[in-house]
Amino acid sequence: MGKVLVVTSGKGGVGKTTSTAALGAALARGGENVVVIDFDVGLRNLDLVMGAERRVVFDLINVVQGDAKLAQALIRDKRIDTLSLLPASQTRDKDALTIEGVDKVIAELKEKFDWVICDSPAGIERGALLAMRNADLAVVVTNPEVSSVRDSDRIIGMLDSKTLRAEKGERIDKFLLVTRYDPQRAARNEMLKVDDVLEILSIPLLGIIPESEEVLKASNIGSPVTLNNPNSAPSKAYFDAARRLKGETVEVVVPMDRKGFMGRLFGRRVA
Amino acid sequence: MSLFDIFRKRTTAPVARDRLQVLLAHERSVIGKSDLIAILQEEILAVIAKHISVDRDAVQIKLDRGASFSTLEIDVEVPLNAKVAKPPTGAGVPASA
Ligand SMILES: Nc1ncnc2c1ncn2[C@@H]1O[C@H](COP(=O)(O)OP(=O)(O)OP(=O)(O)O)[C@@H](O)[C@H]1O
Ligand SMILES: [Mg+2]
Repeated sequence: MGKVLVVTSGKGGVGKTTSTAALGAALARGGENVVVIDFDVGLRNLDLVMGAERRVVFDLINVVQGDAKLAQALIRDKRIDTLSLLPASQTRDKDALTIEGVDKVIAELKEKFDWVICDSPAGIERGALLAMRNADLAVVVTNPEVSSVRDSDRIIGMLDSKTLRAEKGERIDKFLLVTRYDPQRAARNEMLKVDDVLEILSIPLLGIIPESEEVLKASNIGSPVTLNNPNSAPSKAYFDAARRLKGETVEVVVPMDRKGFMGRLFGRRVA
Repeated sequence: MSLFDIFRKRTTAPVARDRLQVLLAHERSVIGKSDLIAILQEEILAVIAKHISVDRDAVQIKLDRGASFSTLEIDVEVPLNAKVAKPPTGAGVPASA
């Protein structure tokens, strides 16, 4: 039986979709059977980031409404055959997603895949709630700045109260993924420290993803960054995060500025 | 980085532009806004079902949106021992008036 993972944040544009694709591909590369689901109805983007936009025929709503079989809507990745995508609908109304329908689709996916990764829409409304509802674990994507941390705190509260597990009195494992971390600004003390974010949110750290042009390049091409350039700094951080999700103990490396003096000293080891 | 490298380097922005142009052309078109694919599927399957009974799971549908045309592939697995469906009443030979 597979695990359901929600990638969520509250705040928009912090890197949920990027992280869903990168972690999904990293897990799939490690031999796991992975499906990533886009819950952003009306504003789908995971298909673009994964490079599958030309191949979308059916979507989550078609499956929920019984217009298509699950197997027909799943898009198998062309690069890794253990990675699949279930796209969101671009045209339908998001109210077409019903709780029962979503629960049924997720249950079916759990039978087939080791990991069911749900890319949540921004916000704290219905769409975000549906995305987190069936989660066994959650990755809370946070940028090191005040409004993102505040929204993450809000989302953590919802993970603890509005998920199926929470309703049954069970725990849901929550991990913090700090993204768009800028080593130069960190060195100049212009950015919230990861330690401070961790202390405020008090959930375990899954990883620190540096701000990197490799992320933009990968999305231009339509490939998860972990496939497009596996040796880049953000990819290494995502690969480590994926291993931690699998329960391995991997030391967290704080990205450093390669150009700075400290970076030159430690660059080879940490960047 | 030499001037030569700058020209040789494969940049990603043109790839992004091409992908977006194709995608948006489809999303803006009338066809892109309708459920045409779903309707086509239903009708094609209905035609097939008139003659043989096929399992919905044995139908694979693939689409590739291109710059000037798309290809729609419908794969129906028809087993050798497929049951010949009874023509639904009303279909087939029209009743004489
Ligand atoms: N580590 C990074 N370095 C540089 N750019 C990044 C990084 N992570 C994400 N981005 C960029 O930030 C933007 C938003 O990312 P993304 O779409 O993944 O966020 P999101 O949380 O899914 O947004 P939304 O809330 O709208 O769904 C994108 O342009 C993406 O390329
Ligand atoms: Mg997104």
